[in-house]
Amino acid sequence: MKLPPFAYEAPTTVAEAVDLLVEHGDEASVLAGGQSLIPLLALRLARPAVLIDINGIGELSGVSADNGQVAIGAVTREYVAEESSAIADAVPLLAAALPLIGHEAIRSRGTIGGSLAHADPAAELPAVARALDAEFVVRGPSGERVIQAAEWFEGYLTTSRQPDELLTEVRFPAAKPGTGSSFEEVTRRHGDFAMVGLATSLVLSGGVISEARLAFAGVSDVPVRATAAEDLLAGERPSAELFDEAARRATEDLDPPADLHGSSDYRKSVAAAVVRRGLRAAADNATRGSN
Amino acid sequence: MADITLTVNGAARTGSPEARKTLADFLRDDLDLTGTHVGCEHGVCGACTVIVDGRAVRSCLMLAVQAAGSEVTTVEGLAPDGELGPLQQAMWDSHSFQCGFCTPGFVMQATAFLSGHPDAGEQEIREALSGNICRCTGYQSIIDGVLLAAERNREVRP
Repeated sequence: MKLPPFAYEAPTTVAEAVDLLVEHGDEASVLAGGQSLIPLLALRLARPAVLIDINGIGELSGVSADNGQVAIGAVTREYVAEESSAIADAVPLLAAALPLIGHEAIRSRGTIGGSLAHADPAAELPAVARALDAEFVVRGPSGERVIQAAEWFEGYLTTSRQPDELLTEVRFPAAKPGTGSSFEEVTRRHGDFAMVGLATSLVLSGGVISEARLAFAGVSDVPVRATAAEDLLAGERPSAELFDEAARRATEDLDPPADLHGSSDYRKSVAAAVVRRGLRAAADNATRGSN
Repeated sequence: MADITLTVNGAARTGSPEARKTLADFLRDDLDLTGTHVGCEHGVCGACTVIVDGRAVRSCLMLAVQAAGSEVTTVEGLAPDGELGPLQQAMWDSHSFQCGFCTPGFVMQATAFLSGHPDAGEQEIREALSGNICRCTGYQSIIDGVLLAAERNREVRP
């Protein structure tokens, strides 16, 4: 359908955008790349009175690496992040996930901050942010605050951002030496939302897993850390038996949603398969990286 | 209403679209460029794909006002003198399409993709076109056409 009417604002600074958010509160929606919000408008699933278009705010675009972190401006387009050598070098898990987001034409417009603020639990970036404990920087009328990924995702399409706050930046920790990562997903068609996705990051030192981070997409209303599997893996040497047991522990408490693409049980067995594949791929590329 | 100026197929165009008007509808209704097709109107089918500042985008997921100052290429821009461009000719030769509704979206997506990946093989082309839906062909003839265009392009390159 055609989009419903709305008032349109196009601020050019974060301060102006925050003023508009204060003025309009939850009557307003923030328009970044629009690849999720515009479909919601077309389908009348969202009816904001005001759209605050933040694409013209130059200070919100860009990637910078500093102090062991990679900071990505909220309006940085996904294709720009995909082409960023800073991200490829320092946040290999994010680099692995980016080409899997939607289709090429979606990544032309879609933004890092937009996807993470939309918080679709089946999307790739929320799982990556949760796996790596990314930090979310928001600006509101009383200044800036930093929210940890564990607190950011509150529910289906719901984050802890307040209506008068704007997500300005997302910070990812730089990978430690010996890190191997992978993003595995099972989709009906290349580029579709994953039935189940898994962000995996392992750190190997001296052949032993010193740190394991696993986060699922598509199994709940938020991205889910597989902490039982992470605890099992830490201190162990990679092996097929270990990864089988990790897959069992990662999925035993899952109760994934069912839809016409798959039952809950089917998704659970897919989840176990992506854990095995993800761990194998991450362990392989950690080993390659350390040689 | 806001006055906007943008470049479409090499020519400066102006308009005053309502904020809620998508780029797709602006191209079709205001600029009379009806080569861009509107299918699902929510970013799933890919029929409305155009090239904005060198990148394929879905023109139903972009507001016309957001295209101010941009350079837009539509399917009309690929054959300005009525002669098919090399990709269009290869797709014609491969009988890529049937009813034609999805055609402009596929052609624009493939144009953008081949410009960045002139040596793409079948699997990469399949993945690049996976966001466009065709209900007639079963896709095989479309892939054949894009592959043929890539091959011909390699032959003419030094």
